Amino acid sequence: MTVRTPDTGTEHKGTGPEAGDRGPGPVKVRLDVNGVRRDVEIEPRVSLLGALRDELQLTGAKRGCDQGTCGACTVWVDGRRVLACLTLAITCEDAEVTTVEGLAAPDGSGDGQLHAMQEEFIRHDAFQCGYCTPGQIMSAVGCVREGHAGDDREIKEWMSGNICRCAAYPHIRAAIRAARDRV
Amino acid sequence: MTTTAPAPAEGPVGRPLDRVDGHAKVTGAARYAAEVPLPGLTHAVLVGARVAHGRITAIDSTEAERAEGVLAVLTHENLGKIAAQPPLLPSLAGSVAPGETFFPMQGDEIHYAGQHVALVVADTYERALYASRLVRVSYAEEPSVTVIDQGRDQAYEPEAIFAGFIPGRTERGDVEAALGAADVTVDHTFTFAANHHNPIETSAATAYWEGDRLTLHDTTQGVTATQHTVAALLGVPHTRIRVIGHFTGGSFGSKAMVWHHPALAALAARKVGRPVRLALTREQMFVACGHREEQEQHLTLGAGKDGRLVALRHHKLSPTSPFDHWAEPSLGVAGQMYACPNYEGVYRLIRANTTTPTFMRCPGEATGLFALETAMDELAELVDLDPLELRLRNYSESDPASGRPWSSNGLRECLERGAERIGWERRAAPPARDGDWLIGLGMAATAYPVYGPNNPQRARARLYADGTAVVQAAVTDIGTGILTVMTQVAAEALGLPVERCRFEGGDTDLPNVAAAVGSSGAGMVSAAVHAAASALREQLVARAVADEGSPLHGADPAAIDVRDGRMVLRDAPGTGEDYAALLQRNFVPDVEATGSWGPPPHDAPFASMTFGAQFAEVAVDPVLGLVRVRRLAGAFAPGRVLNAKTARSQLMGGMIWGLSQALLEATHMEPATGRWANASLGEYLVPVNADAPDVDVDFIEVQDTVVNPLGVKGVGEVGQAGVAPAIANAIHHAIGRRMRKLPITIEDIVSGG
Repeated sequence: MTVRTPDTGTEHKGTGPEAGDRGPGPVKVRLDVNGVRRDVEIEPRVSLLGALRDELQLTGAKRGCDQGTCGACTVWVDGRRVLACLTLAITCEDAEVTTVEGLAAPDGSGDGQLHAMQEEFIRHDAFQCGYCTPGQIMSAVGCVREGHAGDDREIKEWMSGNICRCAAYPHIRAAIRAARDRV
Repeated sequence: MTTTAPAPAEGPVGRPLDRVDGHAKVTGAARYAAEVPLPGLTHAVLVGARVAHGRITAIDSTEAERAEGVLAVLTHENLGKIAAQPPLLPSLAGSVAPGETFFPMQGDEIHYAGQHVALVVADTYERALYASRLVRVSYAEEPSVTVIDQGRDQAYEPEAIFAGFIPGRTERGDVEAALGAADVTVDHTFTFAANHHNPIETSAATAYWEGDRLTLHDTTQGVTATQHTVAALLGVPHTRIRVIGHFTGGSFGSKAMVWHHPALAALAARKVGRPVRLALTREQMFVACGHREEQEQHLTLGAGKDGRLVALRHHKLSPTSPFDHWAEPSLGVAGQMYACPNYEGVYRLIRANTTTPTFMRCPGEATGLFALETAMDELAELVDLDPLELRLRNYSESDPASGRPWSSNGLRECLERGAERIGWERRAAPPARDGDWLIGLGMAATAYPVYGPNNPQRARARLYADGTAVVQAAVTDIGTGILTVMTQVAAEALGLPVERCRFEGGDTDLPNVAAAVGSSGAGMVSAAVHAAASALREQLVARAVADEGSPLHGADPAAIDVRDGRMVLRDAPGTGEDYAALLQRNFVPDVEATGSWGPPPHDAPFASMTFGAQFAEVAVDPVLGLVRVRRLAGAFAPGRVLNAKTARSQLMGGMIWGLSQALLEATHMEPATGRWANASLGEYLVPVNADAPDVDVDFIEVQDTVVNPLGVKGVGEVGQAGVAPAIANAIHHAIGRRMRKLPITIEDIVSGG
């Protein structure tokens, strides 16, 4: 997981004035979420998780702890899995943010098909209450793409940032094994 | 992962169908209580007391009130009084179900650390959170009691515990005399850390008023429980409160009772005149929805040389709150597991400065069976018997507590199947070695009660003229798969393919059912759904035989089968018609029926439990103190399995919970401050993927014609009980030392015991 810091340099490419001059009140922040440009008016202290959930109504990323301990908020920023609760939204300008809502091509492209990982999570019953599931799935695809899903030992290690309190772990591993060649 | 399940039935019930809500859950479309989009939504954040006991001397909220975006700061000085404090009843009773008989922000007294003292409402979550830190509260602090060691001398024996449902003392025979005469005794004290549920979704409610009508989206195990409780607290009639909870992001007991946040959200929404969302922080989950209490259990077994039990004495000591006599019923199942003529079980409590403890998955069974089943392992060693043989020797055909026969059993078969799956014959040899690891095998028997509701459970079924059906009951999905299995039950009773049935729950506008707690949801809701769907089917068949235009006109209803939505003569399947054809021909848009079941009689001449057996293989590094569970194998006899896939998942999850109880979970109280010292998921350990081994789940088929119409005994909790003693017994096999404390930590392994 990576930690992003606000862009305070002179090469700032965001919309408004430089980050040091923006805030503490609400400022316009330009986000690119699931391939769509979304402008939000938020305070610089708003996390990416808060912006996604409260401003954009993208509630797939979950709030479980707000402390970076549970992984339920996992999304991708520029293709890397990050904890949205520990990431300030304002640091994500000029980055591509992908949430679970962007994984299955909700616009109907790709015939509205689920992503292979989503299909295998359903088939292997890799969840119960479903609350950690979007984070697990975003992390699982990331884990495969990073080349960390070679065997169960590796999957166990690289998926241990996402807590599933229902303890569907053996089924999560089965879903990742089943989907890894199609990711 | 290896699993066996009963052979698939012909109808939908039992088949391993994928979850009907799977698509919503994997795409992020499933909306939980804190995710409902509403115009003008505001956000509330609670402030908790810094001290564990005392009085508020002053609250200064001026700075918070002046902060940007703040709409209200509510404290005991301006919140207003609740209408009434409802009594504490388990939510299965189907009535009011407050988590404790205390409501905060009604006065200046502080009874426990973290007690809600203020609620800040603002236009954004971040502003509410920031302003909550600006509320200045001053306290006159008094000494507190929060752990057993501080209150041992104040312990008392309550008349009853658990909302008055369980007597404080239970006796049969003469335990003292029997222990005196026993050939062998085992006598030990077992200690257990407090535990917190920690579902990944924190408790939350979204509340809004339309005139005098309140709508609440709540994280709950039972929307009806929330409705009853909030109605009583607010003094608002049921007809003006609708509670919705389509998805609950895990509960494990933390949302089984109705804690303070839904009523507080409703009061705040009334105050600010806008919708209010109130979600607890992770830290608040440690002080605002109960916990499994710290406990000590003193257990004494007396047996003959042949290993047959003659006496069992089981005492428990635990802290409760200042308000309620609560202890999880740890002595119940442990006192019913084996034939034993002389028994004494006693609960003792200490008044402490915490919330009232509450249900946590396997409430009581998980701790009581740890004491019993590790003591049984020791008894087996003393009388030189295989631990498995000792269990079989003490097997009871009837409930030793009531003397009534079991409505169904299966324990023997579970023990035999589990032994086969783990390779129990290996245990006869000295522990194997794998490098620095010593490999041990352990086992334990397990059981969980079959609870029934106290009130009728209802459902409604409606068939439309297009041949599709919707079936409804006010049950909430907490991850059990209830929406899926009820779709299967409805489809089977109606004779429809599952694709043409939809089950809806999670809304108090639907027919009443009690909260899905105590592993009872599948049994009681399936009974209601089965009744409603069967009534609807009978109604449709009756309509067909009475209809001159139907090919079934004049036929005997009892001679008609329904398959794929088509009513046919059993002996002449070519004669018949579709439901849809019947309704369309008669210009009937839909047909509806309701059904109800229960409550089951309290004086049935049977006793009911779900039995199982747990086996564990562990690797122990005695030098580094490490324990790795290599494999768990469980076999269970839960009666009828409604969906082999979701049932297996629940049992598997339960077994990993047992592992967690054995090796990880502890909330540590800091007695000097009366505060939980590790109130975060970084410091309260729960299993991650790397901790969870592969798990064998096996089913033993037993038919139960007593518990409910479909013979469902439940799978939510029995998977957990018995795992911790199986692991502790495996550790003993590996290194020769007894573990009598949970969780078992590195220090316990290396300290030399």
